[in-house]
Amino acid sequence: MASIGKIARRTFLIGAAAIAGGVAVGYWYVSRPYGNPLEDELAEGEATFNPYVKIAADNTVTVIAPRAEMGQGISTTLAAFVAEELGISLEELKVEHGPTSFAYYNGTMMEESGPFPWFDESLIASIARDAFSTVGKVLGLQATGGSSSTRDGFERMRQAGAATRYVLLAAAAKRFGVPSSELETAGRSVVHKASGKSATFGELAADAAAIAPPASLKLKEKADWTLLGKSQKRVDMLAKVTGAPIFGVDVMLPDMLFGTVKMNPVFWERPRSADLSKAEAVKGVVKIVPLDTTYGHGFGIIAENTWAAFQAADLIEADWGAPPYPADSASVDKALTDALATEGSYLRDEGDVDAAFADAPADRVIEAEYSVPFLAHACMEPMNATARVKDGKLEIWAPNQMPTLVEYLSGAAIGLESKDVTAHTTSLGGGFGRREVDTTIYAAIMAKAVEGRPVKVIWSREEDIRHDTYRPAAKGRFRARMGDDGLPVALDMRIAAPSVIGSVMRRTFPSLSPAGPDGTITQGSHDQPYTIADYRVSGIKTDLGVPVGFWRSVGNSFNGFFHEGFMDEIAAKGGLDPVDLRRRLMTAHPAALKVVDKVAGMAKWGEAMPAGTAKGFAFTLSFGSWVGEVVQVRDTPSGIRVEKVWIAADVGTAIDPGIIEAQLISGAIFGLSSAMGQEIALSGGQVVQSNFHDFDSMRIFQCPEFEIAILENYHKMGGVGEIGTPPAVAALANAVSALKGQRFRALPLSKEVTFA
Amino acid sequence: MRLTVDGKDIEINADPDMPLLWALRDLAGVTGPKFGCGIAACGACTVVIDGMTVRSCSLPVGQVTGAITTIEGLAVDGKLHPVQQAWLDEQVAQCGYCQAGQIMSAYALLEEIDDPTDEDIDNAMGGNLCRCGTYPRIRSAIKKAATLKLARA
Repeated sequence: MASIGKIARRTFLIGAAAIAGGVAVGYWYVSRPYGNPLEDELAEGEATFNPYVKIAADNTVTVIAPRAEMGQGISTTLAAFVAEELGISLEELKVEHGPTSFAYYNGTMMEESGPFPWFDESLIASIARDAFSTVGKVLGLQATGGSSSTRDGFERMRQAGAATRYVLLAAAAKRFGVPSSELETAGRSVVHKASGKSATFGELAADAAAIAPPASLKLKEKADWTLLGKSQKRVDMLAKVTGAPIFGVDVMLPDMLFGTVKMNPVFWERPRSADLSKAEAVKGVVKIVPLDTTYGHGFGIIAENTWAAFQAADLIEADWGAPPYPADSASVDKALTDALATEGSYLRDEGDVDAAFADAPADRVIEAEYSVPFLAHACMEPMNATARVKDGKLEIWAPNQMPTLVEYLSGAAIGLESKDVTAHTTSLGGGFGRREVDTTIYAAIMAKAVEGRPVKVIWSREEDIRHDTYRPAAKGRFRARMGDDGLPVALDMRIAAPSVIGSVMRRTFPSLSPAGPDGTITQGSHDQPYTIADYRVSGIKTDLGVPVGFWRSVGNSFNGFFHEGFMDEIAAKGGLDPVDLRRRLMTAHPAALKVVDKVAGMAKWGEAMPAGTAKGFAFTLSFGSWVGEVVQVRDTPSGIRVEKVWIAADVGTAIDPGIIEAQLISGAIFGLSSAMGQEIALSGGQVVQSNFHDFDSMRIFQCPEFEIAILENYHKMGGVGEIGTPPAVAALANAVSALKGQRFRALPLSKEVTFA
Repeated sequence: MRLTVDGKDIEINADPDMPLLWALRDLAGVTGPKFGCGIAACGACTVVIDGMTVRSCSLPVGQVTGAITTIEGLAVDGKLHPVQQAWLDEQVAQCGYCQAGQIMSAYALLEEIDDPTDEDIDNAMGGNLCRCGTYPRIRSAIKKAATLKLARA
C-alpha cells in the first residue's frame, strides 16, 4: 500500500504526541517499568503481586480492571483474563477500577495511528505500530478508547493471572515441602492431593508476594480455556439492576455542596458582560465563580442542592458575544464545500487517479456529493464530576476515560501538580468518546472556591447537548470511472472535515499544534479492503470552530456512510448487485469475503422481497474487525420501519460472545439512531438542539430485530465496542435508497423521509 | 415535609417546587432514580407512586401524594424482584444508567398486565430511552419476568 517514499513525506502525529507526553508526565525511558500502584494502598493483611491483583488475608481476591466501564463489559472481560490463568471463577473475585496510574497505560489505543490499514503487515507498518504503542507507554496514558481495552489487556492481564498463580504455588510448595508441580488449585486454595495439605490464597498471600515470578510465563492454549471464549455473567450486573450508587452523579461525600455550570453557548468566547444578580438571589445558591479554561468560558454555580444551581444557571444574563467561526448550518456547509476545492493529504493513493479520469468518457464516470452533520454523544448520564480541594491536594471523582490526563489537567487548572491530585474513576453512564477533562477542570476550579468542601457538579442536559465535543460535520465529493465489466477501475474520494486530533489538542494542550494529516478524517474510506487499480482518498482538514471529538467509531461513523453509499452507486452504475460488487472487489481479503458471504446468507440477500420492503448492505473494517450488515426496511402508513438487521463480524478472537453480541447491537442502534434523525445544527454560532425532544435516539418501539454472527477467521484480534456503528448507518441509507428508488446522500435521513 | 420512600418515612426540608428527583437524590440520599433530562423525556428518573409510573424530574415534591417506590425498594429481604432477576438472567444492562427507570416502568407494566404483548411493551416502555441500545434484551427480560412472576405467585 503506502510506499516508504510516501511515508517519509508525511509528518507523523507521533511528534506532537511525544511532546504532549513530555509536558504531561515528564519523559520516561521506554524500557523503564512503572511501579505497582497497589503497593501504596494495601489494607492490613493484604498483599499484591502485580498492578492487577490483590489478595487479602480473608481470601478476598481483588482484580484491578483499569479501564472505564461504560457499558461495554470491559470490567468482566479484563477480570476474566486474570481469572482464566489464576484458575478461579468470576464469582470468586472482586473487580475494581483501581487507582489512577501510569502503570495502566494503554499501549494498544494508539497502535493504529499510523497511515496503514489493518491488513498491511509490511515491515514498515509493524515498525510504526510498535512506535505508536511505545508512545502510549511513554505517556503513561491510562485511557479507554479506540476499542482497544480487550486487545491491550489480553496478554498483560493473562500474564498477571499466571504470575499470581505461579507465586501462590511456589509459596505453598515451600510451606508444604513439596515441588510446585505436585500442586493444584481448587477454587481459592492451593491443594497437595497426595498429602491432603491445603492452604487458601489468603493464607499464602504474604509469602507469595515476596517471591519474584519469571518475567513471562507460558499461557494456556485457546483450546484449554474455561472462561475465555464463553459468555460470562457480567460482574457489574447486580449493581445495575438494584440501583446501586456506582455512577459519578451518585457520589456522596460528607459536607458536600452541589453545583452546575453555565458555559458560553458561543464556543471559545469570553462573555462580554454578565449580570449574576438574579442568579445569586436564588435560595440555596452559595457562590458563582467564573470558569476560564481551555475548554471555554462561563460560570460555575455552587449551591446547597442541584435544583437551586439549575435555577440559578437559567437566570444568568450575559452578552455572550459573537462567534468567530461559521455561525449557522449554511455557513458550515459552505466552509466544507470551499475546503473540497483545496488540496488535502492522501492516506491512500494507488495507481494514477488523475490520469484515469483525464481521458475518461463522460458516460463512464459517476460523481456524487455526500454530507453529514455534527452529532452530540448524549450519554444517558449527563456530564459531571465531583471535586474537593483540601490542604493543597485535589481529589476528584468522575466518570472519565483518561484518568492520568484528568489528574494532570485538572490540577494544572488550579496550580497543582499531578502528584497532588487523586482521580477516582466511577462507572460511566455511557461514554462513547465524550468523557474528556472539561468536567473535572470545572469541578476543580469550583472546589477551590469553596476550599475544604467537596462539590458535585452535574450539568443540565441542555448544557450537555450544547457543550459537547461533537462528531465532526463532514462533506465528501466522490467520482468513479467504470470499466467494461461493471467494476470501477478508478475511485477518487475527497473528504473535508474538522480534525478531531487538532480539536482535542486545542482543548488539552493548546500550545501544541499537531502537524501532518489526521487519519480520522478518512478512516473508514482510506483503509478498506477493496482493490481498485487507481484508488485515492484525500482528507482535507477544515476548521469549523466547533469543538469536535471522538464519537463512537470516530471518522468511520461518516466514512462508512460515504464509502459504502458510493459503492452502492457504483454497483448501480455498473449494473451489478451491491453484494456481488463487494465480493468482486474484496477477493484479496478472505476474511472480508467470508463476512460478506455470511451476512448475505443470513439475510437471504438476493431473494425476492415483498412490495414495499427493501434491504441495504454495507461493510466497514474498523478497529481491527471486519463487519458486514444488512438492514431491512418497510414502508408503512406512518413512515419507514426498520424491521431487521443482520450483522456478521469477524473479530479474530471472540473473548466473550454474549458481550460481543450486545456491543454489535448497541453499536448498530447507535448508528441507526444517528442516521434516522440526529443532527446538531448551529444558529448564531450556538447549538440549536438542547435535550431529548430535539435530539432523540431510537426508542424501543422503533427497535428492529437482530440476528448476529461472530466469526473468528482473521489471525489478529479486533475491537468490539465501536464496530457495529459504521455499517449500520450506511446499510440503512442504502436500504432506504433502494426502498424509495432514489439515492439519499445526506444525513440525517429524516430530512427527506419519515420513520415510523 | 414528609415522604414515604420504599416503605420508609423520610423527613426532608425542601422547597415544594423542587422536583421530586432532586429531593430524593440530594436531600434524602436516595440515588437509585437517575437524572437524565429534566423534562420527562428519557425516563431515567422513573419512580412508581400508587401503581403509576412518574417521571420524578418533573413532579414538584410538594405535589406528591402517596407512597413512592424506587428501584432501591424493589428487592424484598435481599431477594430480587422478578423483574430484577429477569434483568440479571438476560444480562440486560450495559452502562446501566437508564436501567433503574427501565426496570421501574417494566415493574409497573407487570403490575397491570400479567402477560404483556409486544405492543403492551412498546406502549409502556417508549418513554424510557437507552443510549446503549439494550432494547432487544429489555423485551426478552420483560417476558421472562412475566413468567418468573407467575411462578412465584
